[in-house]
Amino acid sequence: MSKERIKISEDLYDIMPSDYQDLVKSATYGKEDRGWKDIGNSKELIEQHSLCAGCPESMAFRYILASLPNPEDTVMVGSTGCTSLVFPMVAVHNIHSLFGNQNAIASGLKRALSVRFPDRVKDVVVLAGDGATVDIGLDMTLQAWFRQEKFTTICFDNELYANTGGQESGLMQKGFVAKMAPVGKLFDKVRLPEIARESGCHYVVNCTVSKPSLVEKVIRNAVHIAREIGPTYLQLYTPCILEIGKNSMEGLQEMRDSEKPTERFAYKEYISEPAKQLLAEMAAKDKERKAAAKQLAGQA
Amino acid sequence: MSQYRVLPGPEHFLPPAAASMGVYLPNPGEAHINGVIAPEEKAYEEAARQFLMAKVPTIFPGPLVLWAWNEKAAKKATAIRHLYNTLKECVQPGQKPMLIPMPDYRPKYPKINPEVEINPNHPNLTIWHNKIDCCMFVGVHCHQANLSLKIIRGGTSCYTIAMCAQAGHEDAMLSFRDASVEKIMKLADWVKKLKGTVQPRLATAKNGASS
Repeated sequence: MSKERIKISEDLYDIMPSDYQDLVKSATYGKEDRGWKDIGNSKELIEQHSLCAGCPESMAFRYILASLPNPEDTVMVGSTGCTSLVFPMVAVHNIHSLFGNQNAIASGLKRALSVRFPDRVKDVVVLAGDGATVDIGLDMTLQAWFRQEKFTTICFDNELYANTGGQESGLMQKGFVAKMAPVGKLFDKVRLPEIARESGCHYVVNCTVSKPSLVEKVIRNAVHIAREIGPTYLQLYTPCILEIGKNSMEGLQEMRDSEKPTERFAYKEYISEPAKQLLAEMAAKDKERKAAAKQLAGQA
Repeated sequence: MSQYRVLPGPEHFLPPAAASMGVYLPNPGEAHINGVIAPEEKAYEEAARQFLMAKVPTIFPGPLVLWAWNEKAAKKATAIRHLYNTLKECVQPGQKPMLIPMPDYRPKYPKINPEVEINPNHPNLTIWHNKIDCCMFVGVHCHQANLSLKIIRGGTSCYTIAMCAQAGHEDAMLSFRDASVEKIMKLADWVKKLKGTVQPRLATAKNGASS
């Protein structure tokens, strides 16, 4: 659905629940410079979610949805996990795939959209947990990258299988003891960001979601690079506060603690040469646009 | 010909798909009533009669008409509003026509209020809480309409009508096919035509809220 189609039939407007009316009136569909600062000023693309109170994943969802450059023409592909509890509340097209299949689904979807809408930009964004991305779906994840499929893969890394009670996942840190993994993890956290780089991803970031402006930047970069060049991968730490024994208020601090320079979620970024060139071009255009807008405002 | 009849329920928790019981869809120019192929003209009369008999006749418009995604959709929305207004004019005191949207198919928990919007995953809640005894689906995608119609037939005694833009629905008690603005307006005309000639089942029958 493109932006001009997001309007309610006039004769049935009054019976539409208010959340749909608000989406049409004040959501940021079609706004070129949309971003996390719109949160609180406009209708968000996420309604009430059913995650636990204080869940960092809910913060991540809000920042990502606020930052997508083209939400009206974006399709998100999800997988089994806590994220699948949120998608019913999201006002962006989305598909729930079988556990682990998300990158295969996204590959077909992206290709089909390119054929069906050759003249329109259609973004595909995969958003799945670490179990779906690294364990059960690793084959599909890697094969999509090998094939240079043009979509973004976002992994919400909470370092275990959270909504089934805390089983060990490939992204769990070595030695960690979880409720359903009492022996402790015996081997290191899988280094998926490095694997992504070697598998052909053009933009790879490993970080937490403690800083909304940073999340906005990496999401925009990842989507634009995927659109123009090739696969991109973001690994975002969204700790499961329940499974690591924290309270609702402690999620943010946990992320801040985990992003210190020596910690496992210290900010790491890889950008391929073609992607660097694209980002430079985008920055130059952005500068021009802002200068023109400033000049226009001055004249007015 | 199948002996199975698509009748108001509650049939049982998982009613069979009418198609699996041998009920087939009408050809262009036809409709079906209770699973039996009938001339479209007869279906207009029967649908209008069911609306006028009902204590709470209700129209459930779906996303295909709620959103003005093309000109035709907007015109259908206007026709649906006209049908609703006609119903309000033609019913007797004690009858309460309703217009309840089905804007979304997602199982929205805990956001949804089942009394102000209907969701295909739990249509019976909307039927029960609003005590709806006759309803019409229009502008709902086929697979979701089929799901809803089966759940309603399984758990409630509500009479279901499908104003389908495609080939019709076996799982409704009455189904039109190839729905258009003209067909919706024609149904409104039939409601007007039968005004005052149909006895509403206000005092006698149980309503659709049987649970």
